[in-house]
Amino acid sequence: MEIVRSQRQLAAAAAAASGGGSGAGALPTYRVAPQLEVRLEEFELFAIDRLRVLKGISDGLSRGKRPEEMEKLVSELWKAHMRHQDPAEALNKDIISHFVLRLVYCRTEELRKWFLSMENTLFRYRFRLESPESQRLLMSEFQLPYKALPHSEFEAVKDKLSQVARSIGQSASVESVFFKVPFEEVPDLVASRRVFLSKGYAYVAMSQVVSLVVTQFRCNISKALVLTNRKWTATIKEQEKDRLTPIVEALSNAYFGPDYSQPNDATEISPKDIDQLARTSFPLCMRHMLEKLRENHHLKHGGRMQFGLFLKGAGLKLEDALTFWRSEFSQKVGSERFDKEYAYSIRHNYGKEGKRTDYTSYSCQKIISATPGVGDHHGCPYRHFGEENLRAALNNMGVGGNALEGILDKVKNRHYQLACTMTFEATHGVSCDTGINHPNQYFSESQKVLQAKNQTVQSQLST
Amino acid sequence: MGDERVEAMEIDAQQRQEVAAAVPDGFNADYLRIYYGKLFPYGDFFKWLAYGNDAKHPGCDQSYIGRRELSFTLENDIYLRFQSFDTAAELETSIKEKCPFKIDIGPVYSVDPAKRHAYAQSGNNVFVPVERELIFDIDISDYDDVRYCCSGADTCLDCWPLMTIVIKILDTSLRGDFGFNHILWVYSGRRGVHCWVCDSRARKLSNEQRSAIADYFRVYKGGENSLKKVSLTGPVLHPFLARSYTDVLKCFFEDKLLHSQQLFASEERCQKILELIPDQNVASELHDKWQGNRRSSISKEDVNAARWEQLKTTLQSGKHKTQGLRRCVEEIVFSYTYPRLDMEVSKHMNHLLKAPFCIHPKTGRVCVPIDPNNCEDFDPTAVPTLSQLLGELNAAGMQIDSENDWERTSLEKYIRFFRTSFLQPMLKACKEELETAYSAKLQQSKNTLSW
Ligand code: SF4
Ligand SMILES: [Zn+2]
Repeated sequence: MEIVRSQRQLAAAAAAASGGGSGAGALPTYRVAPQLEVRLEEFELFAIDRLRVLKGISDGLSRGKRPEEMEKLVSELWKAHMRHQDPAEALNKDIISHFVLRLVYCRTEELRKWFLSMENTLFRYRFRLESPESQRLLMSEFQLPYKALPHSEFEAVKDKLSQVARSIGQSASVESVFFKVPFEEVPDLVASRRVFLSKGYAYVAMSQVVSLVVTQFRCNISKALVLTNRKWTATIKEQEKDRLTPIVEALSNAYFGPDYSQPNDATEISPKDIDQLARTSFPLCMRHMLEKLRENHHLKHGGRMQFGLFLKGAGLKLEDALTFWRSEFSQKVGSERFDKEYAYSIRHNYGKEGKRTDYTSYSCQKIISATPGVGDHHGCPYRHFGEENLRAALNNMGVGGNALEGILDKVKNRHYQLACTMTFEATHGVSCDTGINHPNQYFSESQKVLQAKNQTVQSQLST
Repeated sequence: MGDERVEAMEIDAQQRQEVAAAVPDGFNADYLRIYYGKLFPYGDFFKWLAYGNDAKHPGCDQSYIGRRELSFTLENDIYLRFQSFDTAAELETSIKEKCPFKIDIGPVYSVDPAKRHAYAQSGNNVFVPVERELIFDIDISDYDDVRYCCSGADTCLDCWPLMTIVIKILDTSLRGDFGFNHILWVYSGRRGVHCWVCDSRARKLSNEQRSAIADYFRVYKGGENSLKKVSLTGPVLHPFLARSYTDVLKCFFEDKLLHSQQLFASEERCQKILELIPDQNVASELHDKWQGNRRSSISKEDVNAARWEQLKTTLQSGKHKTQGLRRCVEEIVFSYTYPRLDMEVSKHMNHLLKAPFCIHPKTGRVCVPIDPNNCEDFDPTAVPTLSQLLGELNAAGMQIDSENDWERTSLEKYIRFFRTSFLQPMLKACKEELETAYSAKLQQSKNTLSW
């Protein structure tokens, strides 16, 4: 892709001709970077529009929206931000914005993951909106080598296929076109038990083919992001340091806002303050885990990760973290076993062992989409608690009356982060316009509010 | 059989006992040293982890076994990670010398894990796990809310059937649904079972694919804080769940656990089950009924069966066939019986799992393989202990007609099972795959040459 400062020639024709990944019609596969010239302003504007779409998808996912709702959301978002009267222009914008965001999101593992999963979701729902013919064309563009199941084989498993269909609430009349594929290629369908499995094969209905295509799509983009990252660090960053680099960097900040997942060097908390801070400033998910940790002197893996990284983000230093966790775990498993089995993973979270990546704390979206099992205490209480337990927990935080009912109402509509935001407002007596999207954000906003209050009190006292 | 032989056997058994009594129960480094010196099956263990790459075939990957991480936990709790071995002899020497209280098996990495620091210098992520058996770890302590005989790490013959259920359900599905063939079940030595799926296809799964399989097996939702732990939706069950229910769960629940755990024997226990019924009216109807017949003539043994029948009739009567109640009987059975996996262990390649044939330091029992086809017969309280094995060794000390020392102990049947039912068929498959892959490669290079 070539970026020019002002005038631009051509566009759509080139995109289509160059295989800019324009697949069967409106849905491109982004396989090859387009030979396009793009104006610098568009470079940025297109990217921002696409970001709005991705951000909207990310919000939808964190509300736990169901597939049908997501489908609607995606198509609305796309219409709102990416539409153009001229289909060729629309296609250009689609392709350009995708490749620009690759540059923005290729640079760390965390960014790549986010981008990949949002692009993937976007592609999935756009694919579902395509006509059957263009879906088939896309399949062949991805070179998926599958033949429909022959009739005799189909008859042999027909009953099972119908049982699966009914188990996921579809009608019992079985679709007639199925593909038999290695189960490895449709992990999402396997995970949700939406396919019949036999001897290592998954029987994928035509209406589920999107999963096969998405697996392929994801795999392509994932590889491409790694390559882009290499190119970025090796050449582009330096070459473009006066032109694109500042834009790319601004773009990633513009959207993410302050990065709550990184420990804020200015604040530091110590183990002895944790209980006090939990009472005043931890979001419910973290209060709950602290309580369980104090009670059982143990937390399972998911809890140690979610809570441990949160504490790290809140400013608990490695040595203090070891002290804190040891003081609890040693009461249950003894300090020897703690040092042997658990200390490693804490150091690991701080980037002192293993791959030495400095792990970042979980966002609400990630926490909400967790699937806690028996004995687990992690996850987001607004999503994962039963109503009674949630009511009790909120009462414990001193939330009652109308505020409580309002919060529970948000929960019923699966607006978990809104519920959390309202809890924040009820307990702090201030409004929180940005909304809560990260537990560490909850914590630091809370601290800000409390410090401000302290100051007013002090200044009142001194006058 | 002649009288002489009978006599000889009797003496033998008597002797075994006497000498066994001379080796006091327990677990310590001295015992362990003898075990590693005479009994641990190094050869089989190494052959397993080499997956055929230790042969002379030109298609073998000579670096394969050396990239596998083992980790040792020593007596004084020193934890040695990233141990690696190129030969069976190296492995044997190291284990004998270090005498680890626990051996864990990790993944196969891209490079020799012992030299990982050398690679770490050279940049981007070259030290990554590339292969790993698909593993499952099931702990009976995760079932504490549905068993009343024991808690925590303890187990007995009344609650062990929960582990039998796990083996039956997972084994059937891993073979039938996922098409895996080389599956090893191992007693964890104290409180559960481990499963190793060793097909090459399983070893090459990505983390995402591992998660998908673990999720396929998952019916528990909501963690500790939602009342209803199992939620079965949809008008019928997925074939896998339906089969699990009719073939395994229902029978184990009704024929075993209902009685052995006395699931309806007290007010509190009944209450727990009633909480799983979403319709308050139905629950209190049953509650009242049970209050009434508490004083009636039903004997203690029958109370569980009687109440269960009442519950089923009430829930399945036409009157209550509403949406929410339709699945309720099944949900209760699933809640009390369905396998509870430690999901994290299965989802990632780099989890460590204790090796088979280790000795559990708390119980002294050997982590022996379990035959999934006869898993009902497995009795955790009858698994040989370290001191028992040493006793048997002593007793058999005079005989010199066996090739291996373990042949003279009760470890024999477990090692033979490991060899014939797991190792040999698996190595045969590995060899075939290796040869096919190699000739495909040759073919390919021929094709490119003739171009
Ligand atoms: S919304 Fe976020 S911060 Fe609030 S409880 Fe849930 S996960 Fe925690
Ligand atoms: Zn028991």
